[in-house]
Formats: sequence, structure tokens, C-alpha cells
Amino acid sequence: MLKESIKMALENIVSNKMRSFLTMLGIIIGVGSVIALITIVSGATSTVTDQVASMGANTVTVQVQGTPLKQGLTQGDVNKIAELSNISGIAPTISGQTSVAFEGNTMDEITLQGKNDVYFENTEDVISSGRIIKSIDTENESRVALIGNDIVNELYVGKNPIGQEIKIGGITYNVIGILQESDSFSSTDTNSSVIIPYTTAMGVVGAKYINSMTVYIADEALADTTTRQIEGVLTKAFNGDEDGYTIVNMQSILETIEEMTSILSMMLAGIASISLVVGGIGIMNMMLVSVTERTSEIGLRKALGAEPKQIQLQFLIESVVLCLIGGIIGFILGVSLAWVVANLIGTSFALTASTVLLAIGFSAAIGVVFGFMPARKASRLNPIDALRSV
Amino acid sequence: MPEKILEMKNLIKTYIMGDEEQVVLKGIDLEINRGDFLSVLGPSGSGKSTLMNIIGCLDVPTSGTYYLSGELIRDLPEVDLSHIRNREIGFIFQQFQLLPRLSAQKNVELPLIYAGVPEKERQARSAHILERVGLADKMNNRPNQLSGGQQQRVAIARALVTEPTILLADEPTGALDQQTGQQIMALFKELYQEGKTIVMITHDADVAKNGSRIVRIVDGNLSEGVYNA
Ligand SMILES: Nc1ncnc2c1ncn2[C@@H]1O[C@H](COP(=O)(O)OP(=O)(O)OP(=O)(O)O)[C@@H](O)[C@H]1O
Ligand SMILES: [Mg+2]
Repeated sequence: MLKESIKMALENIVSNKMRSFLTMLGIIIGVGSVIALITIVSGATSTVTDQVASMGANTVTVQVQGTPLKQGLTQGDVNKIAELSNISGIAPTISGQTSVAFEGNTMDEITLQGKNDVYFENTEDVISSGRIIKSIDTENESRVALIGNDIVNELYVGKNPIGQEIKIGGITYNVIGILQESDSFSSTDTNSSVIIPYTTAMGVVGAKYINSMTVYIADEALADTTTRQIEGVLTKAFNGDEDGYTIVNMQSILETIEEMTSILSMMLAGIASISLVVGGIGIMNMMLVSVTERTSEIGLRKALGAEPKQIQLQFLIESVVLCLIGGIIGFILGVSLAWVVANLIGTSFALTASTVLLAIGFSAAIGVVFGFMPARKASRLNPIDALRSV
Repeated sequence: MPEKILEMKNLIKTYIMGDEEQVVLKGIDLEINRGDFLSVLGPSGSGKSTLMNIIGCLDVPTSGTYYLSGELIRDLPEVDLSHIRNREIGFIFQQFQLLPRLSAQKNVELPLIYAGVPEKERQARSAHILERVGLADKMNNRPNQLSGGQQQRVAIARALVTEPTILLADEPTGALDQQTGQQIMALFKELYQEGKTIVMITHDADVAKNGSRIVRIVDGNLSEGVYNA
């Protein structure tokens, strides 16, 4: 019975190709736009979250604004955080301004950064040549420096700076590496920067405070707990003044991004589904016309012994099949559109099983909802009246 | 002893149009035995189709009793009436009422689908019965690829395929030319000889003569036997 009904529904749709297509158009556009929007947004979301995650989903960043009494973190504060459980490493940063000199030539307004080996181990592509700062440099407060491209080009014309000396703020360092060239898109300008071990910056240069640090978490699942513990240490360090620091947990940023984009994609899909409703009304209209046109067929079927339920099922199947075909076409168009858009704007493209199920489920549901009334009307036709209308 | 398969007693059908009541069937008494070929003859508007609708369980009487195969047909739920129609009645209509998109064989299979007969058996039974009405080579034709007489044969095959208690035909030759009509009547007579029970409604006295019994219906009243053209 079911098989027969589906076959008859298909025959009916095929025998009215143009009308069926026009009726399906609403569903095609509706399903297409919903699927395209969801796929595009979820692709964009995964691109953004991948980017954020590549910055370190397992990191907690602490920015120190300081308080009037205490302008930054001390080594003692950092040690206390290092003693917490679930911490795999800490990369403190000291920043300042300085000048550099080599063989009598001087450059001013150079950014000085103090960092440690943990930073270099966790960050890719910091240097273009030479070597990075190692833990032994940090421990020994070595006078070693990584220098930016502008400095190389201005002070070491025609020379390989690695192995040469450089005067930073009047103190002599050994150049061990050259920083990766930064372009206008980079978040920090490394071209006119020098990086030295942060311990050297404190011990030799005389910096008192650490301005920021990245804490690496061993187990991401416990990121929230660890973040709270770090916060506890910081609050104590600043005597309870929470304005002294800002703490950012990457995991929670990721969660916020995902939450926001899922709300966004639901909103967009909601707007697009208005066209689905319009499409559904089109289906209902076509089904009502079909019931009227086929009144005598309905009467005949009833005379031959069709139960009202079977008539209703037949028309319901027709409307569901119509919607499913429209839904499948719309799905293919929507996914193609999403693929083109993803390639154009350079986000990732992923088709999930849930999107497929959503498209199929949605179109079937529209078929049932908007086919119900016409189908019931058909099932309630009086066979005598229906037969007479030849 | 003939087996009584249909019995009507004082059957009345009234239509209410607005506040006017029209009595269309005015107390019909009718008995049909298995194997009868009954012609119901009457002029237009006499109530023939109304009677046929009641016999075919498409409608129920306003009052009086109607027994079909021993079962009292009254205001039953639609689903029960549909089962009775499927089991007991084989309809043959003036306009054939074939579904244009289906082949002859598929049209014949239709009542079997509603009877819940599995596909294999449906195909075998419909093929067999189409052969019986002389359309073995036309099984895959659609109605518009058949002549009027052939279409009516398909309709007859469809009525026969469920082996119903009664074949119920309303003006079966009404849409056919005289010669084709005679061929259809010949087929009816064969079926009668095979022992089928046939009720045929017509306004044409010549067609009615094919029956083994003739009843006349005039203005809602039914009278048996006396035939005068
Ligand atoms: N549903 C209905 N409502 C009201 N009156 C009806 C209805 N059906 C039939 N009638 C009336 O009942 C009377 C008998 O109608 P019926 O269709 O049974 O006639 P008939 O003998 O079949 O005529 P014909 O040979 O023209 O088909 C007619 O006067 C008709 O107007
Ligand atoms: Mg009539």
C-alpha cells in the first residue's frame, strides 16, 4: 500500500512536471537558503575557532595593568603560579622602549621584549635564522638578543649579524638570531624589536615588573579551575585589587565564539525558514487544486473500497514526496552555494550528517504539515458527490 | 432453494433540500438471489442512481431495512462501509471511471490493493481476469490507448477481480455505440451464465431485456415482472 502510494505520487508529480516544479520552487529556495546559511556560518565558525585554538586553546593570558602601589608582577608572583597544579609552563613578557647601537650607529624607539624559552617552544615561526632563547639563557640571565629586520638592515649592512655584538640600552649583547619579518597584517611589529631573556631584562636592565604572561595549561578540561586558581594568586598579589590585571581564558573565548555563532546561525536559519513557510503554503495550494481536480478519482477509489485513512495517506504521501524532492534539490543547491561562498571568502567547508538530516526532516515535516489539510479534505469527500463530478 | 443475498424491506430515501423534503425512494421491497441478472429499468429522475448508491453501500437508507449477504447495512462508520464495498460490490460505471495514468492491469489491481492482496497475487489475478474479458494483449495499455468498449471491459475486469457478491452496473452501455453495447451485453450474459449476480441499471428497455429479471422503477416506486415497452 505504501509502495503503491509512493509510486502513484511520483507518477502524479512527473505527469504534472511544470506545475510540480513551480510548486516545489518555494521549498527549493527555502531549504536551499537554510542549508546554505547554516553551512556557511558553521564553516566560518570552525575557521575562526581553529584560528583562536591555534593561538592556544590551552592558554590563559594575564595582562597586567598594575596598581599605583605595584605596577606589575614580580618573579615571586610568577613562581607562585608555577607551583599550581595543571600548569605546564609560563611565558612572562616584559616590554619596554630602548635604543640599540652597533659600531657607532644608533637606532632609537626600539621595542624591547623580555621573554623566556617557554614562549619560543610554544610559538611557531618567531625567528627566521639563528637560534631561539633557551632555558639556560633564562637561568643564567645571558646577554643574548634576537633582533628585528629593520635593525639588521640598518646596522649590519653587508654583514651577518649572528654572532656579532649589539648594544641595547648601552649594555652589550650577543646577537643569536633574527626575528621573522612582520608585515602590515601582523599583530605586533617585530621589525624594530629586540627580544632578550626576561630574566636578563630584570636582572641586568633593571625592569621590576612583568607586564604580561601566558600560562600554559596541561589539561584543557580543567582550564576553568586552573584559571580560578591563577586568579586567586593574582588577587592576592595585588592585595585584592582586581583592576590590577586582566585574565583571559582561551577556552572560554572559544566557548563564547561558538555560542554566539550558533545563535547567529539559528537566527539566520529562522529568517530563511520564513521562505519555507511560504513554500509550504504553495504546496498546500497545489494539493488543494489536486484534490479538486481528482474528485472523481477519489470517489472511484472509495467505491472500490479505499478507507478514508488510505485516501488521506495517499495525498499526504504525495505532498511529502513533493516536498522531499524539492528539499533534495534545495539541499544540493544550498550546499553548492555554501561551497562556492566558502571558497570565495576562504573559510572551511564541512557538510555534517545533521545538516543532511535537517534538510530531509524539514522538507518532510513541511509536507506533512501543509499536506494534512488537503489530504483530510480528500478523505472526507462524499463518494457519491465525488463520483458524480465526472 | 435459491440463496437470498440481498433483501430490502420498505426502504425509503428522503433528501432534504433547504426546508423542502423530497422522498426519492418510496418504500422499496426487493429481493435478489444468487445468480440473478436483474435489470432496473426506469426513466430519468425516477431514483435509479439513488437505489444503486444504496445497493452499493455508497449511501444508506433514511428508513427501512437493507440486508446484504445477511448483514444489515445502516449508518455505519465510513471505514466499515468501505470494507463492505470492497468485499461485496463490483461497480461498473457508465463513464468507465478508469484512472488515466495507470495501465489496464494496474487499474484492475486497484481494488485488490485496498483488499490488502500482495503484489504477486494481484498481478496474477488481474492478468487472469483481463484474459477472461478478452484483453490479454492490452494489459499494458493505458485507458486512452483503448476503445470505449475495451475500456468498459477493463472496468468489468476491475469489478470482477475481487469476486464480489454483486456486480453493480449503472448504464454500462450508456457511453457506447449500439454494436459495442451489444458486445458488452453479450459479456454480461456470459457472466450470468457463469453464475455471477448482476444488477444493471438502465433507462433503455432493449438493454433491460438482457436481464433474467426486470424491475421497473417509476417515481420512486418499484414494481416487478410486468414488461411493456
Ligand atoms: N443528493 C441529492 N440531494 C437532493 N436530491 C437528490 C440528490 N440526489 C438525487 N436527488 C434527486 O432524486 C431524484 C432521483 O435522482 P436519481 O439520480 O436517483 O435519478 P435517476 O433515476 O438515476 O435519473 P437518471 O436516469 O437521469 O440518472 C431526482 O429528482 C434528483 O433530483
Ligand atoms: Mg442516474
